[in-house]
Amino acid sequence: MEHYLNLAVKSIFIENMALAFFLGMCSFLAVSKKVKTAMGLGVAVIFVLALTTPMNNVLYQYFLKDGAMAWISPSLGQYDLSFLGFLAYIGTIAAIVQIVEMALDKYVPALYTALGVFLPLIAVNCAILGASLFMVERDYTFSESVVYGLGAGVGWALAIVALASIRERMKYSNVPAGLRGLGITFIITGLMAIGFMAFGGIQL
Amino acid sequence: MSNPLDPEKLFGKGGPLERLYPLHEANDTFLRTPGHVTRAASHVRDAIDLKRLMVTVVVALGGCMLMAMYNTGYQANLAIQAGALPLDNWQTMVFQLLGLQFLATSVLSCVVHGALYYLPIYIVTLAVGGNVEALFAVVRRHEINEGFLVTSALFPLVLPPTTPLWQVALGIVFGVVIGKEIFGGVGMNILNPALTARAFLFFAYPAQMSGDKVWVAADILPDAVSGATTMADGVSGATWLARAAVDGPEVLTYLNWWDAFLGFIPGSMGETSTLLCLAGAAILILTGIGSWRIMSGVVAGSFAITLLLNAIGSDTNPLFAVPFHWHIVLGGWAFGMVYMATDPVSASHTNIGKYIYGFLIGIMAILIRVVNPAFPEGMMLAILFMNLFAAFIDYWVIQANVKRRAARYAA
Repeated sequence: MEHYLNLAVKSIFIENMALAFFLGMCSFLAVSKKVKTAMGLGVAVIFVLALTTPMNNVLYQYFLKDGAMAWISPSLGQYDLSFLGFLAYIGTIAAIVQIVEMALDKYVPALYTALGVFLPLIAVNCAILGASLFMVERDYTFSESVVYGLGAGVGWALAIVALASIRERMKYSNVPAGLRGLGITFIITGLMAIGFMAFGGIQL
Repeated sequence: MSNPLDPEKLFGKGGPLERLYPLHEANDTFLRTPGHVTRAASHVRDAIDLKRLMVTVVVALGGCMLMAMYNTGYQANLAIQAGALPLDNWQTMVFQLLGLQFLATSVLSCVVHGALYYLPIYIVTLAVGGNVEALFAVVRRHEINEGFLVTSALFPLVLPPTTPLWQVALGIVFGVVIGKEIFGGVGMNILNPALTARAFLFFAYPAQMSGDKVWVAADILPDAVSGATTMADGVSGATWLARAAVDGPEVLTYLNWWDAFLGFIPGSMGETSTLLCLAGAAILILTGIGSWRIMSGVVAGSFAITLLLNAIGSDTNPLFAVPFHWHIVLGGWAFGMVYMATDPVSASHTNIGKYIYGFLIGIMAILIRVVNPAFPEGMMLAILFMNLFAAFIDYWVIQANVKRRAARYAA
């Protein structure tokens, strides 16, 4: 139990997808103008990450890993399909994103319009693929990958919501003309990363 | 006949020095009340304006500044008396030219020795940071604000006495420009500029900002100082938090709690004295400038998490056992709570938000101290981290309020 708690803390704070690895930057910067939309996207990313990471884990453990297919028949045990990893993972992710998109369109149309093009773009959000690849690299078990996917999503959502609320407050700021928009957002992201360095060095 | 050198003509609209108006305005209103007042309809008025508010904070910092000079010298003299060598630099040269002895018992010797370290850092901060601020004010045509006085007063106080002056300059430029000016100046920043500067230096130059060598302005050779003296007088050069992290909280039995409370321990220059921070807190709360909500939140948060950690305990991490009354007198806890967390711009703005914001700072600060082996001190990073979420806490509080009212009027 403690192990999973540590993994969750690690994936949310210490190895925050957005602010420690700078993954998923395009939607992080683009959809952080309003807190409501950012929350929507955050929830969508949590959902997608929490589904795709375990699914890719199953894919990896039972099909792609060296000798993983021995459970089907011993003769298949000699194959190592891990070179197909990228293709397989992104396929899973694309499928899940499609499902999320259809669900949102049907049940929360307001959010669906607000997210616009960034919803299908979750499919190519590097944070999502990044989580799957980290999962493979660190050889997580299935239950670990559930915790990790969920944690990585929560961490990313936390970061984008914080950024969005800062940007909403910045309506009162008087940013130099050349820095308005994305420029200042990059700088804020950097400052946020300094804040998140508070967790750097924690060994769990 | 009008005076051709009347500053209002020189710097005013159409005057030859119109572009430099912010410089004149800053000098003029620093001593006198700003000329412009609110003219439009209903507006809450108060005798205090932003300028006087900021100056009050600097006054509240006065005790810490004096202590910074005294304690920096005191710690250095103490170490030198115990066998450490004076640093080979111009400060020592000047000190010896003045014909003074390194005596920990002599207040004069301590204050002069400390001032030789504190004042150059403060002067560099004011000169470099002030000029950058003035440059931005002139180019961007906004007023120079006394907010910088607070930033420049806070920043040297959270630095170790041996910080190289070029790093001081670099840090304050980063703090003023990236932490404040690119957001439009005072009142528009998201992070506390002094903390941004400090954190920047901390991560960019860890060798000069952390460790065991930087807190006392003397060259402490391990074999020159006997083990017994190290334990008894605390002249190992490390801060007590760092020593507790290494040797366990038992090491604190060598330290008199009252010494720590009064501030006679190594650390960043101005942060050591909890008593003077509390005096500053009294001034800030009585004048209504510092938020007592945030401060009480920090106390409650730290107290709760310390009790929890004490109860959990740990076999491998001795810091779990450090009790609350030690946490509050060591490191930057008190200083951060009183002067940094209450920064009205970067904190949460709603009243309920302030409790939450303070509470989370208290929790984070102790957690970083105890759990994170990389940083024995957590207050700075905790406040910086919560600055990021201050706006979100406000958003959350306001949304809850909106929802409650909507429900009330729907019924």
